[in-house]
Amino acid sequence: MKGYWGIVALTAALAACGQTTDKLVLTGSSTMAPVIAEVAERYEAQTGVQVDVQSGGTGRGVSDVRQGLADIGMASRALHSDEGDLTSFTVAQDGIALIVHRDNPVSALSDDQVRAIYQGSTDNWRAVGGENRPITVVNKAEGRSTLELFLEYFQLENRNVQADVVIGENQQGIKVVAGDPAAIGYVSIGSAEYEAQAGTSIRLLPLGGVAARIETVNGKRYPLRRELNLVVKGEPADAARAFIDFAHSDAVADLYRDHYFVPAQR
Amino acid sequence: MTITLFLPSADRGLRWLLRLSALLSAASLGGIVLVLLWRTGPFLWSQGGAVFASGWHPGAGEYGMAAMIAGSLLVSLLALAMAAPVAVTLAAWLRYYAPAALRRPTLILVELMAGIPSVVYGLWGLLVLVPWINRWAPPGASWLAGSLVLALMILPLALLVTDTALRQLPPTWSRAGEALALSRFGVLRRVLLPGAAPSILSGVVLQFGRALGETMAVLMVCGNVVQWPHSVFDPVRTLTANIALEMAYATGEHRVALFVSGLMLISVTAVLLTLAWRLRGHQHAPQ
Repeated sequence: MKGYWGIVALTAALAACGQTTDKLVLTGSSTMAPVIAEVAERYEAQTGVQVDVQSGGTGRGVSDVRQGLADIGMASRALHSDEGDLTSFTVAQDGIALIVHRDNPVSALSDDQVRAIYQGSTDNWRAVGGENRPITVVNKAEGRSTLELFLEYFQLENRNVQADVVIGENQQGIKVVAGDPAAIGYVSIGSAEYEAQAGTSIRLLPLGGVAARIETVNGKRYPLRRELNLVVKGEPADAARAFIDFAHSDAVADLYRDHYFVPAQR
Repeated sequence: MTITLFLPSADRGLRWLLRLSALLSAASLGGIVLVLLWRTGPFLWSQGGAVFASGWHPGAGEYGMAAMIAGSLLVSLLALAMAAPVAVTLAAWLRYYAPAALRRPTLILVELMAGIPSVVYGLWGLLVLVPWINRWAPPGASWLAGSLVLALMILPLALLVTDTALRQLPPTWSRAGEALALSRFGVLRRVLLPGAAPSILSGVVLQFGRALGETMAVLMVCGNVVQWPHSVFDPVRTLTANIALEMAYATGEHRVALFVSGLMLISVTAVLLTLAWRLRGHQHAPQ
């Protein structure tokens, strides 16, 4: 009899759980998934609402939200004009900075010069006002959104990029450039600025006359940047609204900074 | 089979345990191959020989892996060519020439080296070796850098394997050699090393397999450009680095192509191990 009552109590408790606990499903951008997962963890600890974060790309986030498979989608870009049925909430900004070695005398490159360097038609720093050294072109591995954004901005095709080193993570890119006075690469602005301030021998190049800094990304002046958005269909339901507000709040701004993003201005 | 009837029960239990572990290891390897084949089958069917082309442009639907297969083999072969002679010479010196006081500390040091995680070697390669090569032949991240880091990684185990192989030789062999008034080097060259050769060889081949499978260290120092290298100073991409670099961000066909990279790696390793096994089978120790 004792065991029987135990089972009844357990079942009742489980049923109660199912009734009171909400569950949110988020899918989308692999750039955003790691940081949003940490936001979700903090949100769970505070509210008890279970949040499930799945990566799979911005495209999946948008289509899941449309089909109702996810409550909230993650999109690491602004919404397109044909996505008017969705509402987006920018939680952070991400910018991409061109970096060179600290000892490189070249202080700025035009967009055309960057394009020529990455296509291999300029292969010596002398041609752009630097020392007589062959340029080490550092490129990102295929499939990364940083690569796509970079190629799109400079209207390059990856097939035509003449890379000398292909890297994966931002940190690897920073170490490669810091170890090679002739290298040029591009990484997330947040991590580059942090490393440069911490004494790593890299320098961030301005783009289109705008300094590559977190402030200029924040003020939307720096050209090579993107928004990290949470998107919902129509107007958010209460549970989704509460999570979006939390993801927007100062309580999680440190998480975005930890992942080298710029928390959105509020 | 009749022997089993007379085994004590504990031994019978052990026997089943051993059979089970053997079955599990074989089944997991077979399972991995099956899953890879199952996931990649339709893709391989549609691509055909195109996976052996040189161009890797996932964005454009081109998945040629020849340059990366070559990259994997070249980096590992050069590493082996650098590490194996040093390992064998050093092991022979430690066992037959080095003073006893030097021998034990050296072996402990070597064992310590074998225990260092590969990512640490990779970090050292990225921060020290690559910038150093860069001064002589930019960009520095290259086939040579990858091979040097791998050579350092496989050297300790290759040395320990050689040491064990030499130790297991019958002591009568060297005594007989000395009795015949052969020099110490003569005994080593004519008797001991040939005698230990099969064990040394199989140990070295195992290290080759390890070099082929090494990922992080290689990814950090090789430059990862998909191309046929013209010299040891050119960057290359290995199959393992390809998987590690792109897996997290790959979707659809691109992801399947990375599974094919894995399948290629297993095939290359299997072919090499079979070759080495045959090679070893034809060697005979001097009697």
